[in-house]
Amino acid sequence: MTTLPTQTEKKLGLVIDLDTCVGCHACVVSCKGWNTENYGAPLSDQNAYGKDPVGTFLNRVHSYEVQPAQGAAQTIHFPKSCLHCEDAPCVTVCPTGASYKRVEDGIVLVNESDCIGCGLCAWACPYGAREMDAAEGVMKKCTLCVDRIYNENLPEEDRQPACVRTCPAGARHFGDLADETSDVSKLVAERGGFDLMPEQGTKPVNKYLPPRPKDEQIDILAPLLDPVAAEPQGFLGWLDKTLERIG
Amino acid sequence: MHPAPSIIFFTVFSGLGFGMLAFLGLGKPDVSGFTAFVFFAIAYLLAVGGLISSTFHLGNPQRAIKAFSQWRSSWLSREGCLAVATLVVMGLYAIGVVFFNTRIVPLGLLGAILSVATVFATSMIYTQMKTVPRWHHWTVPLLFMGYALTGGAFLTGQIQLATAGFATIGLMQVIYWVLGDNRFQQSGSTLETATGLGHIGKARMFEAPHSSKNYLMKEMVHVIGRKHARTLRIGGLVLASILPWAILMFLGFSHIMALLALIIHVTGALMTRWLFFAEAEHTVGLYYGQR
Repeated sequence: MTTLPTQTEKKLGLVIDLDTCVGCHACVVSCKGWNTENYGAPLSDQNAYGKDPVGTFLNRVHSYEVQPAQGAAQTIHFPKSCLHCEDAPCVTVCPTGASYKRVEDGIVLVNESDCIGCGLCAWACPYGAREMDAAEGVMKKCTLCVDRIYNENLPEEDRQPACVRTCPAGARHFGDLADETSDVSKLVAERGGFDLMPEQGTKPVNKYLPPRPKDEQIDILAPLLDPVAAEPQGFLGWLDKTLERIG
Repeated sequence: MHPAPSIIFFTVFSGLGFGMLAFLGLGKPDVSGFTAFVFFAIAYLLAVGGLISSTFHLGNPQRAIKAFSQWRSSWLSREGCLAVATLVVMGLYAIGVVFFNTRIVPLGLLGAILSVATVFATSMIYTQMKTVPRWHHWTVPLLFMGYALTGGAFLTGQIQLATAGFATIGLMQVIYWVLGDNRFQQSGSTLETATGLGHIGKARMFEAPHSSKNYLMKEMVHVIGRKHARTLRIGGLVLASILPWAILMFLGFSHIMALLALIIHVTGALMTRWLFFAEAEHTVGLYYGQR
Protein backbone atom coordinates (compact mmCIF):
# COMPACT_ATOMS: atom_id res chain seq x y z
CA MET A 1 0.00 0.00 0.00
CA THR A 2 1.31 3.45 -0.76
CA THR A 3 -0.06 4.89 2.44
CA LEU A 4 2.69 5.99 4.80
CA PRO A 5 3.48 4.16 8.03
CA THR A 6 2.38 6.23 11.05
CA GLN A 7 5.72 5.54 12.68
CA THR A 8 8.94 3.79 11.73
CA GLU A 9 11.11 1.82 14.17
CA LYS A 10 14.26 3.59 13.01
CA LYS A 11 14.84 6.73 10.98
CA LEU A 12 17.93 5.93 8.98
CA GLY A 13 19.28 8.95 7.16
CA LEU A 14 22.18 11.20 6.33
CA VAL A 15 23.60 14.25 8.02
CA ILE A 16 25.43 16.49 5.56
CA ASP A 17 27.92 19.02 6.83
CA LEU A 18 27.88 22.12 4.62
CA ASP A 19 30.87 23.46 6.55
CA THR A 20 33.09 20.57 5.57
CA CYS A 21 31.92 19.72 2.06
CA VAL A 22 34.58 20.75 -0.46
CA GLY A 23 32.43 20.13 -3.52
CA CYS A 24 34.63 17.38 -5.00
CA HIS A 25 31.66 15.33 -6.33
CA ALA A 26 33.26 12.07 -5.12
CA CYS A 27 29.91 11.12 -3.51
CA VAL A 28 28.17 11.67 -6.87
CA VAL A 29 30.58 9.34 -8.63
CA SER A 30 30.59 6.61 -5.98
CA CYS A 31 26.78 6.71 -5.82
CA LYS A 32 26.49 6.36 -9.58
CA GLY A 33 29.03 3.54 -9.55
CA TRP A 34 27.48 1.50 -6.74
CA ASN A 35 23.92 1.93 -7.91
CA THR A 36 24.77 1.07 -11.50
CA GLU A 37 26.60 -2.12 -10.61
CA ASN A 38 24.29 -3.38 -7.88
CA TYR A 39 20.60 -3.32 -6.86
CA GLY A 40 17.97 -2.40 -9.46
CA ALA A 41 18.08 -0.97 -12.95
CA PRO A 42 21.46 0.62 -13.74
CA LEU A 43 21.72 4.41 -13.78
CA SER A 44 21.96 4.93 -17.51
CA ASP A 45 23.50 7.73 -19.55
CA GLN A 46 22.26 8.90 -22.90
CA ASN A 47 24.59 10.33 -25.50
CA ALA A 48 27.37 10.18 -22.91
CA TYR A 49 30.11 11.22 -25.35
CA GLY A 50 27.92 13.35 -27.63
CA LYS A 51 26.81 16.96 -27.72
CA ASP A 52 24.11 16.87 -25.03
CA PRO A 53 24.97 14.15 -22.54
CA VAL A 54 22.30 13.36 -19.95
CA GLY A 55 22.10 10.69 -17.33
CA THR A 56 20.42 9.48 -14.17
CA PHE A 57 21.97 10.45 -10.85
CA LEU A 58 20.67 9.88 -7.33
CA ASN A 59 22.93 12.46 -5.77
CA ARG A 60 24.05 15.78 -7.20
CA VAL A 61 26.23 18.55 -5.77
CA HIS A 62 25.09 22.13 -6.33
CA SER A 63 27.22 25.14 -5.43
CA TYR A 64 25.75 28.35 -4.08
CA GLU A 65 27.08 31.77 -3.28
CA VAL A 66 25.58 33.35 -0.18
CA GLN A 67 25.98 37.08 0.31
CA PRO A 68 25.62 38.30 3.91
CA ALA A 69 24.36 41.83 4.59
CA GLN A 70 27.93 42.82 5.40
CA GLY A 71 31.24 41.26 4.52
CA ALA A 72 32.41 38.87 1.86
CA ALA A 73 30.23 36.29 0.11
CA GLN A 74 30.60 32.61 0.96
CA THR A 75 30.68 29.71 -1.49
CA ILE A 76 28.82 26.68 -0.17
CA HIS A 77 28.81 23.26 -1.82
CA PHE A 78 25.49 21.59 -1.43
CA PRO A 79 25.04 17.83 -2.01
CA LYS A 80 21.41 16.82 -2.49
CA SER A 81 19.82 13.38 -2.55
CA CYS A 82 16.59 11.83 -1.22
CA LEU A 83 15.84 13.07 2.31
CA HIS A 84 13.73 9.98 3.18
CA CYS A 85 10.95 12.25 4.49
CA GLU A 86 8.69 11.09 7.29
CA ASP A 87 5.73 12.59 5.46
CA ALA A 88 6.90 11.66 1.98
CA PRO A 89 4.51 13.08 -0.64
CA CYS A 90 6.17 10.94 -3.35
CA VAL A 91 4.87 7.75 -1.73
CA THR A 92 1.17 8.58 -1.44
CA VAL A 93 0.78 9.78 -5.05
CA CYS A 94 2.03 6.46 -6.50
CA PRO A 95 -0.84 4.73 -8.33
CA THR A 96 0.69 1.24 -8.38
CA GLY A 97 2.11 0.81 -4.90
CA ALA A 98 5.66 0.75 -6.29
CA SER A 99 6.77 3.56 -3.96
CA TYR A 100 6.85 2.74 -0.29
CA LYS A 101 8.40 3.74 3.02
CA ARG A 102 9.78 0.90 5.09
CA VAL A 103 8.35 0.48 8.59
CA GLU A 104 11.56 -1.02 10.00
CA ASP A 105 14.00 1.75 9.07
CA GLY A 106 12.08 4.52 7.28
CA ILE A 107 13.93 4.13 3.96
CA VAL A 108 11.83 5.27 0.96
CA LEU A 109 12.18 2.78 -1.90
CA VAL A 110 10.75 2.00 -5.33
CA ASN A 111 9.78 -1.53 -6.30
CA GLU A 112 10.91 -1.29 -9.91
CA SER A 113 8.88 -4.25 -11.13
CA ASP A 114 5.68 -2.37 -10.12
CA CYS A 115 6.71 1.06 -11.42
CA ILE A 116 4.91 2.17 -14.60
CA GLY A 117 7.10 5.26 -15.00
CA CYS A 118 4.31 7.84 -14.78
CA GLY A 119 6.66 10.33 -13.11
CA LEU A 120 4.07 11.62 -10.64
CA CYS A 121 6.31 10.90 -7.61
CA ALA A 122 9.04 13.08 -9.12
CA TRP A 123 6.49 15.89 -9.43
CA ALA A 124 5.44 15.43 -5.80
CA CYS A 125 9.00 15.72 -4.46
CA PRO A 126 9.88 19.35 -3.68
CA TYR A 127 13.61 18.56 -3.67
CA GLY A 128 14.11 16.89 -7.05
CA ALA A 129 15.30 13.67 -5.44
CA ARG A 130 13.73 11.30 -7.96
CA GLU A 131 14.84 10.86 -11.54
CA MET A 132 13.25 8.69 -14.21
CA ASP A 133 15.76 6.46 -15.95
CA ALA A 134 15.43 7.08 -19.67
CA ALA A 135 16.62 3.60 -20.63
CA GLU A 136 14.49 1.54 -18.22
CA GLY A 137 11.47 3.84 -17.87
CA VAL A 138 11.37 3.36 -14.10
CA MET A 139 11.83 5.87 -11.30
CA LYS A 140 15.23 5.85 -9.60
CA LYS A 141 16.04 7.31 -6.21
CA CYS A 142 18.51 7.04 -3.34
CA THR A 143 18.08 3.70 -1.56
CA LEU A 144 20.39 4.77 1.26
CA CYS A 145 22.45 1.88 -0.19
CA VAL A 146 20.07 -0.62 1.33
CA ASP A 147 22.18 -3.31 -0.35
CA ARG A 148 25.31 -2.17 1.55
CA ILE A 149 24.16 -1.19 5.02
CA TYR A 150 22.77 -4.65 5.90
CA ASN A 151 25.18 -6.60 3.68
CA GLU A 152 27.10 -9.07 5.81
CA ASN A 153 29.31 -10.02 2.87
CA LEU A 154 30.95 -6.62 3.15
CA PRO A 155 33.53 -5.73 5.81
CA GLU A 156 31.85 -3.83 8.65
CA GLU A 157 33.41 -0.48 7.77
CA ASP A 158 31.83 -0.70 4.31
CA ARG A 159 28.30 -1.18 5.65
CA GLN A 160 27.31 2.41 5.06
CA PRO A 161 26.05 4.27 2.01
CA ALA A 162 28.63 4.56 -0.78
CA CYS A 163 28.53 8.38 -0.62
CA VAL A 164 29.35 8.39 3.10
CA ARG A 165 32.07 5.77 2.75
CA THR A 166 33.78 7.67 -0.05
CA CYS A 167 33.60 11.27 1.21
CA PRO A 168 37.23 12.37 1.63
CA ALA A 169 36.26 15.38 3.76
CA GLY A 170 34.08 13.53 6.27
CA ALA A 171 31.16 15.78 5.34
CA ARG A 172 28.60 12.97 5.21
CA HIS A 173 27.36 10.96 8.18
CA PHE A 174 24.97 8.02 8.29
CA GLY A 175 22.93 6.75 11.23
CA ASP A 176 19.61 6.44 13.04
CA LEU A 177 18.06 9.86 13.59
CA ALA A 178 15.26 8.41 15.74
CA ASP A 179 17.84 7.40 18.36
CA GLU A 180 18.73 10.49 20.38
CA THR A 181 21.96 8.92 21.59
CA SER A 182 23.27 8.14 18.09
CA ASP A 183 26.29 10.04 16.76
CA VAL A 184 24.23 11.62 13.99
CA SER A 185 21.54 12.84 16.42
CA LYS A 186 24.21 14.35 18.68
CA LEU A 187 25.81 16.03 15.70
CA VAL A 188 22.47 17.54 14.68
CA ALA A 189 21.81 18.77 18.23
CA GLU A 190 25.29 20.26 18.67
CA ARG A 191 25.58 21.95 15.33
CA GLY A 192 21.96 23.05 14.86
CA GLY A 193 21.07 20.73 11.97
CA PHE A 194 18.16 21.94 9.86
CA ASP A 195 15.51 20.73 7.38
CA LEU A 196 15.30 21.79 3.74
CA MET A 197 12.07 23.63 2.79
CA PRO A 198 10.33 22.99 6.13
CA GLU A 199 7.32 24.94 4.76
CA GLN A 200 6.54 21.98 2.47
CA GLY A 201 5.68 19.91 5.57
CA THR A 202 7.55 16.82 4.40
CA LYS A 203 9.49 16.32 7.67
CA PRO A 204 12.76 15.22 6.08
CA VAL A 205 14.87 12.69 8.00
CA ASN A 206 18.14 13.87 6.44
CA LYS A 207 19.57 16.96 8.12
CA TYR A 208 22.02 19.61 6.97
CA LEU A 209 24.60 21.23 9.24
CA PRO A 210 25.12 24.96 8.65
CA PRO A 211 28.51 26.38 7.68
CA ARG A 212 30.36 27.61 10.76
CA PRO A 213 30.73 31.40 11.04
CA LYS A 214 33.81 32.71 9.27
CA ASP A 215 36.61 33.98 11.53
CA GLU A 216 36.42 37.75 11.72
CA GLN A 217 40.11 38.01 12.61
CA ILE A 218 42.26 35.85 10.40
CA ASP A 219 45.19 35.51 12.81
CA ILE A 220 45.92 36.71 16.35
CA LEU A 221 49.29 37.96 15.07
CA ALA A 222 47.65 39.91 12.25
CA PRO A 223 47.52 43.24 14.18
CA LEU A 224 51.28 43.01 14.69
CA LEU A 225 51.71 42.83 10.93
CA ASP A 226 50.29 46.31 10.33
CA PRO A 227 52.29 48.28 7.75
CA VAL A 228 55.23 49.84 9.56
CA ALA A 229 55.32 53.05 7.55
CA ALA A 230 51.80 54.27 6.92
CA GLU A 231 53.08 57.65 5.66
CA PRO A 232 55.75 57.44 2.97
CA GLN A 233 59.09 58.97 3.94
CA GLY A 234 62.12 60.29 2.02
CA PHE A 235 61.98 60.33 -1.77
CA LEU A 236 58.59 58.57 -1.90
CA GLY A 237 57.27 61.09 0.64
CA TRP A 238 58.46 64.00 -1.54
CA LEU A 239 56.94 62.33 -4.68
CA ASP A 240 53.62 61.76 -2.86
CA LYS A 241 53.38 65.38 -1.73
CA THR A 242 54.43 66.72 -5.15
CA LEU A 243 51.90 64.60 -7.01
CA GLU A 244 49.17 65.68 -4.61
CA ARG A 245 50.05 69.32 -5.21
CA ILE A 246 49.92 68.87 -9.00
CA GLY A 247 46.75 66.72 -9.00
CA MET B 1 6.24 21.93 -15.79
CA HIS B 2 6.86 20.23 -19.11
CA PRO B 3 3.73 20.51 -21.28
CA ALA B 4 3.69 16.91 -22.58
CA PRO B 5 1.37 16.71 -25.63
CA SER B 6 0.02 13.31 -24.50
CA ILE B 7 -1.15 14.79 -21.18
CA ILE B 8 -2.61 17.92 -22.80
CA PHE B 9 -4.61 15.79 -25.26
CA PHE B 10 -5.63 13.43 -22.50
CA THR B 11 -6.98 16.10 -20.16
CA VAL B 12 -8.77 18.08 -22.90
CA PHE B 13 -10.33 15.20 -24.86
CA SER B 14 -11.15 12.82 -22.02
CA GLY B 15 -12.63 15.86 -20.24
CA LEU B 16 -14.90 16.49 -23.23
CA GLY B 17 -15.83 12.79 -23.41
CA PHE B 18 -16.72 12.50 -19.74
CA GLY B 19 -18.54 15.84 -19.92
CA MET B 20 -20.66 14.42 -22.75
CA LEU B 21 -21.30 11.21 -20.80
CA ALA B 22 -22.49 13.28 -17.82
CA PHE B 23 -25.22 14.87 -19.96
CA LEU B 24 -26.09 11.65 -21.78
CA GLY B 25 -26.53 9.98 -18.38
CA LEU B 26 -29.05 12.67 -17.45
CA GLY B 27 -30.99 11.92 -20.61
CA LYS B 28 -29.93 15.05 -22.43
CA PRO B 29 -30.59 14.91 -25.32
CA ASP B 30 -33.45 12.44 -24.95
CA VAL B 31 -32.61 10.28 -27.96
CA SER B 32 -32.62 6.57 -28.70
CA GLY B 33 -31.62 4.11 -31.39
CA PHE B 34 -29.04 5.12 -33.97
CA THR B 35 -28.96 8.81 -32.97
CA ALA B 36 -28.16 7.78 -29.39
CA PHE B 37 -25.54 5.37 -30.72
CA VAL B 38 -23.76 8.24 -32.52
CA PHE B 39 -23.77 10.39 -29.36
CA PHE B 40 -22.40 7.59 -27.20
CA ALA B 41 -19.83 6.62 -29.84
CA ILE B 42 -18.43 10.18 -29.93
CA ALA B 43 -18.35 10.39 -26.13
CA TYR B 44 -16.54 7.02 -25.82
CA LEU B 45 -14.12 7.91 -28.61
CA LEU B 46 -13.14 11.11 -26.80
CA ALA B 47 -12.98 9.61 -23.30
CA VAL B 48 -11.16 6.40 -24.26
CA GLY B 49 -8.95 8.13 -26.83
CA GLY B 50 -7.85 10.57 -24.14
CA LEU B 51 -7.17 7.77 -21.67
CA ILE B 52 -5.09 5.87 -24.24
CA SER B 53 -3.16 9.03 -25.05
CA SER B 54 -2.31 9.38 -21.35
CA THR B 55 -0.47 6.03 -21.41
CA PHE B 56 1.93 7.33 -24.08
CA HIS B 57 4.03 9.17 -21.51
CA LEU B 58 4.48 6.11 -19.31
CA GLY B 59 7.89 4.48 -19.04
CA ASN B 60 6.37 1.00 -18.73
CA PRO B 61 2.76 1.09 -20.05
CA GLN B 62 2.56 -2.74 -20.10
CA ARG B 63 2.17 -2.62 -16.31
CA ALA B 64 -0.59 0.03 -16.39
CA ILE B 65 -3.10 -2.41 -14.90
CA LYS B 66 -1.29 -2.07 -11.55
CA ALA B 67 -2.38 1.57 -11.41
CA PHE B 68 -5.88 0.50 -10.31
CA SER B 69 -4.61 -0.84 -6.99
CA GLN B 70 -3.87 2.26 -4.88
CA TRP B 71 -7.21 4.08 -4.89
CA ARG B 72 -7.04 4.49 -1.12
CA SER B 73 -4.16 6.95 -1.30
CA SER B 74 -3.47 8.01 -4.90
CA TRP B 75 -5.56 10.40 -6.99
CA LEU B 76 -4.09 8.96 -10.19
CA SER B 77 -5.26 5.51 -9.17
CA ARG B 78 -8.69 6.89 -8.18
CA GLU B 79 -8.98 8.55 -11.56
CA GLY B 80 -8.25 5.26 -13.31
CA CYS B 81 -10.81 3.36 -11.24
CA LEU B 82 -13.48 6.05 -11.67
CA ALA B 83 -12.86 6.22 -15.43
CA VAL B 84 -13.34 2.47 -15.84
CA ALA B 85 -16.40 2.48 -13.55
CA THR B 86 -17.92 5.33 -15.59
CA LEU B 87 -17.29 3.58 -18.89
CA VAL B 88 -18.82 0.31 -17.62
CA VAL B 89 -21.91 1.95 -16.03
CA MET B 90 -22.52 4.22 -19.01
CA GLY B 91 -21.95 1.29 -21.37
CA LEU B 92 -24.75 -0.67 -19.71
CA TYR B 93 -26.94 2.44 -19.73
CA ALA B 94 -26.14 3.00 -23.43
CA ILE B 95 -27.19 -0.57 -24.32
CA GLY B 96 -30.60 0.16 -22.85
CA VAL B 97 -30.97 3.48 -24.66
CA VAL B 98 -29.58 2.38 -28.04
CA PHE B 99 -31.01 -1.13 -28.44
CA PHE B 100 -34.07 -1.30 -26.19
CA ASN B 101 -35.24 2.31 -26.19
CA THR B 102 -35.29 2.11 -22.40
CA ARG B 103 -33.70 4.69 -20.16
CA ILE B 104 -32.69 3.18 -16.82
CA VAL B 105 -32.79 6.50 -14.92
CA PRO B 106 -30.83 5.51 -11.75
CA LEU B 107 -28.09 3.92 -13.85
CA GLY B 108 -27.79 7.05 -16.00
CA LEU B 109 -27.72 9.24 -12.90
CA LEU B 110 -24.95 7.09 -11.37
CA GLY B 111 -23.03 7.30 -14.67
CA ALA B 112 -23.39 11.09 -14.73
CA ILE B 113 -22.08 11.39 -11.17
CA LEU B 114 -19.17 9.05 -11.95
CA SER B 115 -18.34 11.08 -15.09
CA VAL B 116 -18.02 14.30 -13.11
CA ALA B 117 -16.13 12.46 -10.36
CA THR B 118 -13.62 11.20 -12.96
CA VAL B 119 -12.90 14.73 -14.16
CA PHE B 120 -12.63 15.85 -10.52
CA ALA B 121 -10.09 13.08 -9.83
CA THR B 122 -8.07 14.14 -12.90
CA SER B 123 -7.96 17.70 -11.60
CA MET B 124 -6.93 16.50 -8.12
CA ILE B 125 -3.80 14.85 -9.57
CA TYR B 126 -2.59 18.41 -10.18
CA THR B 127 -4.30 20.16 -7.28
CA GLN B 128 -2.66 17.87 -4.70
CA MET B 129 0.84 18.99 -5.78
CA LYS B 130 2.08 21.24 -2.99
CA THR B 131 5.33 21.46 -4.95
CA VAL B 132 3.54 23.40 -7.71
CA PRO B 133 1.88 26.29 -5.83
CA ARG B 134 0.01 27.51 -8.93
CA TRP B 135 -1.85 24.18 -9.07
CA HIS B 136 -2.33 23.71 -5.33
CA HIS B 137 -5.55 25.73 -5.32
CA TRP B 138 -9.34 25.26 -5.39
CA THR B 139 -9.63 26.97 -8.77
CA VAL B 140 -8.07 23.97 -10.54
CA PRO B 141 -10.89 21.42 -9.98
CA LEU B 142 -13.45 24.10 -10.91
CA LEU B 143 -11.54 24.92 -14.07
CA PHE B 144 -11.25 21.26 -15.16
CA MET B 145 -14.89 20.49 -14.41
CA GLY B 146 -15.93 23.77 -16.05
CA TYR B 147 -14.19 22.89 -19.31
CA ALA B 148 -15.52 19.30 -19.27
CA LEU B 149 -19.14 20.24 -18.56
CA THR B 150 -19.17 23.18 -21.00
CA GLY B 151 -17.74 21.03 -23.79
CA GLY B 152 -20.07 18.19 -22.83
CA ALA B 153 -23.13 20.46 -22.84
CA PHE B 154 -22.18 21.84 -26.23
CA LEU B 155 -21.54 18.41 -27.79
CA THR B 156 -24.88 17.11 -26.51
CA GLY B 157 -26.69 20.13 -27.94
CA GLN B 158 -27.50 21.86 -24.64
CA ILE B 159 -27.02 25.25 -26.26
CA GLN B 160 -28.24 27.50 -23.45
CA LEU B 161 -26.11 25.71 -20.88
CA ALA B 162 -23.13 25.72 -23.23
CA THR B 163 -23.48 29.47 -23.87
CA ALA B 164 -23.44 30.13 -20.13
CA GLY B 165 -20.59 27.61 -19.80
CA PHE B 166 -18.36 29.36 -22.36
CA ALA B 167 -18.76 32.63 -20.47
CA THR B 168 -18.11 30.93 -17.12
CA ILE B 169 -14.90 29.17 -18.15
CA GLY B 170 -13.55 32.47 -19.48
CA LEU B 171 -14.20 34.08 -16.12
CA MET B 172 -12.73 31.13 -14.22
CA GLN B 173 -9.67 31.11 -16.45
CA VAL B 174 -9.01 34.78 -15.64
CA ILE B 175 -9.50 34.16 -11.90
CA TYR B 176 -7.10 31.18 -12.09
CA TRP B 177 -4.47 33.32 -13.79
CA VAL B 178 -4.83 36.36 -11.52
CA LEU B 179 -4.70 34.31 -8.30
CA GLY B 180 -2.13 31.89 -9.71
CA ASP B 181 0.44 34.54 -10.59
CA ASN B 182 1.15 35.19 -6.89
CA ARG B 183 0.89 31.64 -5.65
CA PHE B 184 4.58 30.79 -5.78
CA GLN B 185 5.55 33.87 -3.79
CA GLN B 186 2.79 33.21 -1.27
CA SER B 187 4.03 29.63 -0.76
CA GLY B 188 7.09 31.11 0.95
CA SER B 189 9.58 28.80 -0.77
CA THR B 190 12.77 30.53 -1.86
CA LEU B 191 16.33 29.45 -2.62
CA GLU B 192 17.04 30.46 0.98
CA THR B 193 14.48 28.02 2.45
CA ALA B 194 15.44 25.37 -0.12
CA THR B 195 19.08 25.46 0.96
CA GLY B 196 18.51 26.51 4.58
CA LEU B 197 21.19 29.16 4.11
CA GLY B 198 18.93 32.18 4.58
CA HIS B 199 20.37 32.86 8.03
CA ILE B 200 23.67 33.83 6.37
CA GLY B 201 22.29 36.00 3.62
CA LYS B 202 20.98 36.06 0.09
CA ALA B 203 21.76 32.91 -1.92
CA ARG B 204 22.29 32.51 -5.64
CA MET B 205 23.37 29.59 -7.76
CA PHE B 206 27.12 29.71 -8.22
CA GLU B 207 27.59 26.52 -10.20
CA ALA B 208 25.12 23.90 -11.46
CA PRO B 209 25.73 20.29 -10.46
CA HIS B 210 26.29 19.26 -14.08
CA SER B 211 27.10 20.88 -17.39
CA SER B 212 24.02 19.73 -19.33
CA LYS B 213 20.32 19.41 -18.57
CA ASN B 214 18.80 16.52 -16.64
CA TYR B 215 15.44 14.82 -16.20
CA LEU B 216 14.42 17.20 -13.42
CA MET B 217 15.07 20.30 -15.48
CA LYS B 218 13.34 18.95 -18.59
CA GLU B 219 10.31 17.74 -16.64
CA MET B 220 9.89 20.45 -14.02
CA VAL B 221 11.86 23.54 -14.96
CA HIS B 222 10.18 24.38 -18.26
CA VAL B 223 10.88 28.06 -18.84
CA ILE B 224 11.18 28.28 -22.64
CA GLY B 225 7.50 28.60 -23.52
CA ARG B 226 6.73 31.29 -20.97
CA LYS B 227 8.16 34.00 -23.22
CA HIS B 228 4.90 34.18 -25.18
CA ALA B 229 2.63 33.41 -22.23
CA ARG B 230 0.81 36.75 -22.41
CA THR B 231 -0.06 36.43 -26.09
CA LEU B 232 -1.09 32.80 -25.62
CA ARG B 233 -3.28 33.70 -22.65
CA ILE B 234 -5.20 36.26 -24.70
CA GLY B 235 -5.42 33.88 -27.66
CA GLY B 236 -6.53 30.97 -25.48
CA LEU B 237 -9.16 33.06 -23.72
CA VAL B 238 -10.59 34.41 -27.00
CA LEU B 239 -10.70 30.98 -28.66
CA ALA B 240 -11.79 28.82 -25.71
CA SER B 241 -14.39 31.17 -24.31
CA ILE B 242 -15.17 34.52 -25.96
CA LEU B 243 -15.54 33.50 -29.63
CA PRO B 244 -17.64 30.34 -29.05
CA TRP B 245 -19.82 32.33 -26.63
CA ALA B 246 -20.26 35.12 -29.20
CA ILE B 247 -21.11 32.66 -31.97
CA LEU B 248 -23.80 30.96 -29.87
CA MET B 249 -25.06 34.25 -28.47
CA PHE B 250 -25.32 36.35 -31.60
CA LEU B 251 -25.28 34.05 -34.64
CA GLY B 252 -27.81 31.52 -33.38
CA PHE B 253 -27.57 27.77 -33.75
CA SER B 254 -26.78 25.99 -36.99
CA HIS B 255 -24.76 22.82 -37.48
CA ILE B 256 -22.06 24.56 -39.52
CA MET B 257 -21.68 27.33 -36.95
CA ALA B 258 -21.68 24.75 -34.17
CA LEU B 259 -18.85 22.82 -35.83
CA LEU B 260 -16.91 26.05 -36.25
CA ALA B 261 -17.49 26.98 -32.59
CA LEU B 262 -16.41 23.50 -31.52
CA ILE B 263 -13.13 23.63 -33.47
CA ILE B 264 -12.41 27.13 -32.12
CA HIS B 265 -13.22 26.09 -28.54
CA VAL B 266 -11.07 22.94 -28.64
CA THR B 267 -8.12 24.89 -30.12
CA GLY B 268 -8.45 27.43 -27.31
CA ALA B 269 -8.79 24.70 -24.68
CA LEU B 270 -5.58 23.07 -25.95
CA MET B 271 -3.84 26.45 -25.72
CA THR B 272 -4.97 27.17 -22.15
CA ARG B 273 -4.15 23.60 -21.11
CA TRP B 274 -0.67 23.99 -22.62
CA LEU B 275 -0.27 27.14 -20.52
CA PHE B 276 -1.57 25.28 -17.47
CA PHE B 277 1.56 23.14 -17.63
CA ALA B 278 4.08 25.54 -19.17
CA GLU B 279 3.35 28.32 -16.66
CA ALA B 280 3.38 26.07 -13.58
CA GLU B 281 6.53 26.54 -11.52
CA HIS B 282 7.90 23.65 -9.43
CA THR B 283 9.91 24.25 -6.26
CA VAL B 284 12.82 22.17 -7.62
CA GLY B 285 13.52 25.04 -10.03
CA LEU B 286 14.79 27.02 -7.04
CA TYR B 287 17.78 24.70 -6.73
CA TYR B 288 18.67 25.52 -10.34
CA GLY B 289 18.27 29.27 -9.96
CA GLN B 290 15.15 29.18 -12.13
CA ARG B 291 11.46 28.82 -11.66
